[in-house]
Amino acid sequence: MDVKTNTAKADFPGQVHETPGGGIVLSKLDDIINWARSNSLWPLTFATSCCGIEMMSVAAAKYDFSRFGFEVARASPRQADVIIIAGTIVNKMAPVLKRLYDQMADPKYVIAMGACAISGGPFFYNTYSVVKGADHVIPVDVYVAGCPPRPEALLNALITLQQKIKSGLTREQIKVPKPDKK
Amino acid sequence: MSGEELKIKITELLPSSTFEEGGEFLNILIEAKDWPGFAKQLRNDDSLFFDYLFCLTCVDWMTHLTLVYHLTSTKFRYNIVVKIKLERENPEVETVSHIWRTAEFHEREVYEMFGVIFLNHPDLRLLILPDGWEGKFPLRKDFEDPVNMIRL
Repeated sequence: MDVKTNTAKADFPGQVHETPGGGIVLSKLDDIINWARSNSLWPLTFATSCCGIEMMSVAAAKYDFSRFGFEVARASPRQADVIIIAGTIVNKMAPVLKRLYDQMADPKYVIAMGACAISGGPFFYNTYSVVKGADHVIPVDVYVAGCPPRPEALLNALITLQQKIKSGLTREQIKVPKPDKK
Repeated sequence: MSGEELKIKITELLPSSTFEEGGEFLNILIEAKDWPGFAKQLRNDDSLFFDYLFCLTCVDWMTHLTLVYHLTSTKFRYNIVVKIKLERENPEVETVSHIWRTAEFHEREVYEMFGVIFLNHPDLRLLILPDGWEGKFPLRKDFEDPVNMIRL
């Protein structure tokens, strides 16, 4: 039987052996699941300040994150896979952010966009109201520097997140499951 | 009415007022006790008709507080700023929420951030700050919060 071996499919994790009338795929299920998940990540419509404008720009026609699988921003945390923390998190907003994160279905991922979400940024000193980094509230997978970051930077962060998912190294993927309650 | 005419008109209404110029708007400095009557005149005078209070805020100068009212006349398109100097201890001023309804929540904000008491306000309580922030006044310069604040 004539078996063609085609391993040149750049993105696919595994080997595709094409045979007459069909083919055989050799891969690990985990890899395929990660590959599939990484290419369909729906962000949550969540923005608390000016980074949100850049995030909208990335969603709009010129940058268009749909091209990379961030198909459509969802207005409900129950339908979203990734939350982009686009803006300042204040003490009053922190419980809301935590609740939104908790309401998202597993697997879920977090991008901290801009200086405020990373560390409080320009509001680090002499402010009574700002959380000094969103990672005090929820775990973050990818950080994007900038104030606000350029749309290209966010796009790069989104692609970085995809690579992280494919390599199985996001917090969601490496977390140790809690022992069953008895 | 030009700026000069506006000044003459306002001096007629309240002879004790003084002016401060150089900024975008004409600044009028008055005493807290004159404010309720003066506000009514600004609102109801046919040639002034300041019907819109578009900003109400406060400045902490450490030595004293200054209340800043930005007023505009939608009919004549005049803008003025009224400033009232207040003591830092027990700052009190009459409310203008019955003249400009928007002052109702602006005054609540100044109350929670600076601790200015607006006398006869219908509902003077915290606006944005969560419960438990009564009496802390976070926008005063000497405010300290060792838990949430990192001093530079």
